[in-house]
Amino acid sequence: MSQYDTHTYDVLVIGAGGAGLRAAIEASSAGVSVGLVCKSLLGKAHTVMAEGGVAAALANVDERDSWKVHFADTMRGGQYLNNWRMAEIHAKEAPDRVRELEAWGALFDRTSDGRILQRNFGGHQYPRLAHVGDRTGLEMIRVLQDHGIHQGVDVHMECTVVSILKDGDRISGAFGYEREKGRFKLFCAKAIVLATGGVGKAYKITSNSWEYTGDGHSLAYHAGAELIDMEFVQFHPTGMVWPPSVRGILVTEGVRGEGGILKNNLGERFMFDHIPELYVNQTSDDPEEGWRYTQGDRNARRPPELLTRDHVARCIVSEVQEGRGSPHGGVFLDISWIKEKLSNSEVHIKRKLPSMYHQFMQLADLDITKEPMEVGPTTHYIMGGIRVDGDSQMTCVPGLFASGECGAGLHGANRLGGNSLSDLLVLGKRAGEYAAKFAKENSEATLSGTEIESSASWALRFFNSDADSNGANPFQIQYNLQDLMQELVGIARSEEGLNNARVQIQNLMDQSEQISIGGNREYNPGWHTALDLHSLMTVSESIALAASERKASIGAHSRDDYPEKEEPGAGKYNTVVQKSEDGTMEVRREPIPPVRDDLQAIIEEMG
Amino acid sequence: MATATFKIWRGDANNAAFVDYESEVSEGMVVLDAVHQIQAQQANDLAVRWNCKAGKCGSCSAEVNGNPKLMCMTRLNELPLDQPISIEPMRAFPLIKDLVTDVSWNFEVKTKIKKFNPRPPDAEDGTWRMAQEDIDRVQEFRKCIECFLCQDVCHVLRDHHLHKEFIGPRYFVHNAALEMHPLDTENRLEELKESDGIGYCNITKCCTKVCPEHITITDNAIIPLKERVVDQFYDPLRKLFRIFRSRT
Repeated sequence: MSQYDTHTYDVLVIGAGGAGLRAAIEASSAGVSVGLVCKSLLGKAHTVMAEGGVAAALANVDERDSWKVHFADTMRGGQYLNNWRMAEIHAKEAPDRVRELEAWGALFDRTSDGRILQRNFGGHQYPRLAHVGDRTGLEMIRVLQDHGIHQGVDVHMECTVVSILKDGDRISGAFGYEREKGRFKLFCAKAIVLATGGVGKAYKITSNSWEYTGDGHSLAYHAGAELIDMEFVQFHPTGMVWPPSVRGILVTEGVRGEGGILKNNLGERFMFDHIPELYVNQTSDDPEEGWRYTQGDRNARRPPELLTRDHVARCIVSEVQEGRGSPHGGVFLDISWIKEKLSNSEVHIKRKLPSMYHQFMQLADLDITKEPMEVGPTTHYIMGGIRVDGDSQMTCVPGLFASGECGAGLHGANRLGGNSLSDLLVLGKRAGEYAAKFAKENSEATLSGTEIESSASWALRFFNSDADSNGANPFQIQYNLQDLMQELVGIARSEEGLNNARVQIQNLMDQSEQISIGGNREYNPGWHTALDLHSLMTVSESIALAASERKASIGAHSRDDYPEKEEPGAGKYNTVVQKSEDGTMEVRREPIPPVRDDLQAIIEEMG
Repeated sequence: MATATFKIWRGDANNAAFVDYESEVSEGMVVLDAVHQIQAQQANDLAVRWNCKAGKCGSCSAEVNGNPKLMCMTRLNELPLDQPISIEPMRAFPLIKDLVTDVSWNFEVKTKIKKFNPRPPDAEDGTWRMAQEDIDRVQEFRKCIECFLCQDVCHVLRDHHLHKEFIGPRYFVHNAALEMHPLDTENRLEELKESDGIGYCNITKCCTKVCPEHITITDNAIIPLKERVVDQFYDPLRKLFRIFRSRT
C-alpha cells in the first residue's frame, strides 16, 4: 500500500496562474470548499510574465470601442475558427472582470481624467489594453493572489498532479506529489478545474518556464476529454535572440505599440510589403500615419508592425531565410528611433517600457533607448487545448472543467495580444462558478483503490530500475524532444516532417520508460522532469497529429506543402484529438457550427 | 570552450556542504544557466527553484559569492571566473535541499495583513477616479516580485531570527502599498507597531541594496510607515485627543 495524505474538497483547482486563481476565488465565493494546487510557489505562474495588458472594451480612451468591436477583432484574428459563443461571452464580460480587479486593489495606469488607461495592441482596432507599464501580468497575479488568500482557499504549493481519478464517467479526484519530500497527495473532489497553462517546454525556443509541460492537456486527454485545434501554437514574433542563454525570452508587443518598428539588415521596414487582404483597410501604408496611430491619433490607421502575431512571425522568418536577417538570426526591432519625434525619448521609453529596458541592459548589455534590439519568433502560447462548453467551461467528462491557456476555443487559429489575460479572468471566473454549481448538484464520487495504487506505482517507476547508472537521462530526452519539435513541428511544417516527428516522438516515449533516477524522492528535479515528460510527449504527439490533419495554412499553422488557407471543400472545422478505446491517439475533424445570425451581422458590420 | 568551477551547496538541513563542479561557460550565460547545465549533465537531483528565467517571478533567489541575487539575472561575466563561484541557498530560511529553502513563513505572514478595503466607488458605474501622480508612488511598491532577498539580508530575520515578532521588509513594502493606495480605507498602524515589529528595523538599508526591482524599500516604504506609527501613537497632541475622546 502506498502512503499518501488525503484532502477532500468540493472543487479542486489545478494550476494557480490567473485562470486558476480566478476560478478558485469564484468557487469559494459560491460557498463550496476549494483546494488550489500550484506546481510552483503561489504567485510565480506564467501570468506574471504577461507584459502588454488585458484586453477589454472599456472604451475609456476611444468611445467608439464596444464589445461588438472586440468580438469582431477576436474572430478576425482567429480566422473565424473561434468558438463564437466563447468570443461573445469574452468580449461582453471582460470589462466587468477588469473593473472587478480594480475593486480588489489593482492599480492600472490612468487616463488624464483618472480612469483606466488603455493602449494599442496588434489586431485590436481601438486602444483596448488596460495595463501597468509593461508588468501587467505581475499586477494581475498579485491582486488575484492577495485577494484569494483571504477567501479560505486551501493552497498546495509546489505540488504536481500526475493523474485524474474517475468514478465511471465522471471524475472523482486527482493524485499527485509534493516536491519537498516527494510525498503523495490524494485529492477527493466533486469537480476539478484544470488551469495548468501551456505547452511551451515542448519547444527549444520558448518564452515559457519549466512548468509549461502541458500537464492539464495531458491529464484531460488521458481522462477521456477531447483536445481541439492543437496545431495552433503561437510563435510570438519578438523573442530575444542574443545572447544564446536568453534566446526566447519575450520582448513585449508593447514595444511596437509604443512606436517600435521592425527592420531587416538593409534597413527596410519590411512589414509594409506584407499587408494581408483581410487587414488592408485597417493598416497604414505610410510610416508617418503609423507613428501617429501609436501616439493616439484616432484617425490614423495602425502600422503593419501591429498586424497579428502569426503573420508578423512568418514575415520575420522569411526575412531571415532570404538573407536579410540580423547577425544572430533575427531582425531588428527599433524603439530608439523615436528620438526623431520626441525630445525626451529616453525618459519616455524607460517610463513606458521599464522591464524591457532593464531586461536588455542586464542580459544583453544593450540600451534600447539608443540601439535596436535583435528579435525573432519564440513559442509563446497554444490556442488549441481542452475542448469545453463555451458557457460553463466543462469538458465532455462530467465534473472536469478547463480554463485559461489549457482550455480552447476562444482564440481560434491565432490569439490577439491582451486576449489571454482577459480570457483567464472571464473564463476562469466561469469555470469556478460552474464547477461550484456542479459540486453542489452532485454527491461525492467513489475513489478506486486500484486506481490510486496504479497511479502511485506509475509515478515511482523510475526508481525501480535496476540500471542505476545506465538508464536514460530525463533532461537529455527533453532536449531531444524540444529539438525535434522546433525543427519539424515549428513555424513551417510539412507532411513528411510531421510524420517523421511522430515516429521520433514515439521513440523518445520508449526511451523515457528507460529512465532511471538517482537520489531519493526529496526535491528531485530529475524525477520531476521524468514525470513531466509524459505530459510533454502527449501534447507533442497531439500537436503533430493535428498539424498533419489540417492540410492548409491558416493562422498560426503553416504548411509548406499546403500553402492555401483552406483545403478545397473542407469548410471550417476543428481538429479533435481523443484517446481511442485501444489507447491510441486519434484525430478527426468536426465542422464548426454556423455563427449565430446576430453575431454574424456584427462581423459583417465591422468589416 | 572556457570552463569555471562552481561550488554549490548540496544536502539538506541535517547534512550539507559545498560540492565542486566544473562546467563550461559560454557567451551571455547567467548563474542559473550554469546550475541547469550541471543539473542536466552531472547532478540530475540538484534541487533549484526557478520559473521565468527573466527576472520577473522571483523564484531563483540565492547567494552568489555571498551576495543575495536572482540567479537568472546574474551574468557570469560579472563574476571573477578564475576563482570558484560559490552558490548557496538563502540563509534566512530553513534549508529544504541544496539551493531550495522553505519560504512558506513569508506566505503565512501575508495572510495576517489586513486586506485591501476600498472606499465606495466614485462614479455611478461603480468605478473610481485616480490621478496618475497619486498612484506613481504605490506602483513602485507593486513592482515587488516576492523574491524574498530583502528578507534574506535583513539582520532582524537572518541573525536574530525574530520571525515571530517581525514581518520583514517585504511585508512593510506590502503594507505601504496598501496604506498608500489612494482607495484603501483600512488602518494597519496598530499591527505595524505591535505584531509586525516595525520598531525593530534600524534602517540599515540592506534590503534596499539587494532589491532586484530597485524598490527604495527603506526610504519610501519603511520610514514613512514608521512616521505614521509615530504620528498616531506618540504624538502628544493626538495622545491628549485620544484620552479626551475615550472619556466622552
